Amino acid sequence: MKLIVIYLIGLIFGVGISISGMANPAKVLNFFDIAGAWDASLIFVMGGALVTTFIGYKLVFGRAAPVFEGDFSVPTSRKIDFKLVGGSAVFGIGWGIAGFCPGGALPALGTGRWEVFAFTAALVAGILLAKFIQSATARTARVTT
Amino acid sequence: MIETAFTPWTSLARGVLIETAFTPWTSLAGGVLIGVASTLLMLFVGRVMGATGVLAGLFQPSSGQDFMWRAVLLAGMVTGPALIWLISGEMPAVEVPISTTALLVGGLIVGVGGTYGSGCTSGHGVCGMARLSPRSIVATLTFMTVTFATVFIIRHVIGG
Repeated sequence: MKLIVIYLIGLIFGVGISISGMANPAKVLNFFDIAGAWDASLIFVMGGALVTTFIGYKLVFGRAAPVFEGDFSVPTSRKIDFKLVGGSAVFGIGWGIAGFCPGGALPALGTGRWEVFAFTAALVAGILLAKFIQSATARTARVTT
Repeated sequence: MIETAFTPWTSLARGVLIETAFTPWTSLAGGVLIGVASTLLMLFVGRVMGATGVLAGLFQPSSGQDFMWRAVLLAGMVTGPALIWLISGEMPAVEVPISTTALLVGGLIVGVGGTYGSGCTSGHGVCGMARLSPRSIVATLTFMTVTFATVFIIRHVIGG
């Protein structure tokens, strides 16, 4: 039951991404190209998603716990540090180059286009590389201190 | 002898300009569905709908159950385009105006940045912003600004 619900949630997300245009790098890059072929559509994607989630979360957080779990697993860190800002800046460079973001690319895999698989393979490599560096530096830090 | 120069920058910038139509209504509807999915994931599983996090956890799951819900969520996402195809007879448009090099380099950078920044457009930009998380607001403003700048530089400084 739980897995069916999760599957349907993924499907709603996938359909939403597909019709929004987020799965289309040409549309994403044109949104960021105000000085050129500007396509303002993505404002509507972000606006629609943000307002809906804002209202939805307000209702959900009125509950003591989620339906299938004992607790909400929400990020609690409030630290605004170089890692957050630097990482986000790097993310922006990559998004500006490729036009895909992870949330746009994952549903787009379903179109079967090789370009999406190429991007996603590189994305996974980047994630694993960063995780590897993080755990390696964490180990070094433990050894030196 | 013909010398071919090593041109990493122009190779990244080399692309074709594909005009796209302004689609406020379908984009708004898509955004609302993204919001509905994010809300439902929090309601049922108590999790943030962050694509980078969901994907990363698939490779380093904390348990078999943890792997399972991520894999099933991903399976649902991937069948989205097929449902669109069943309804409309057309796959959603995926137009790639950039070189394969740019696609791969961009993907790698997105993965590294999203991991260090603890989130991406869906995690920070939608779920975190909706919780008014200061971290997510800073992260979203940062990557939006940098993406605008990156596209400007690629299209109008290097490519222009």
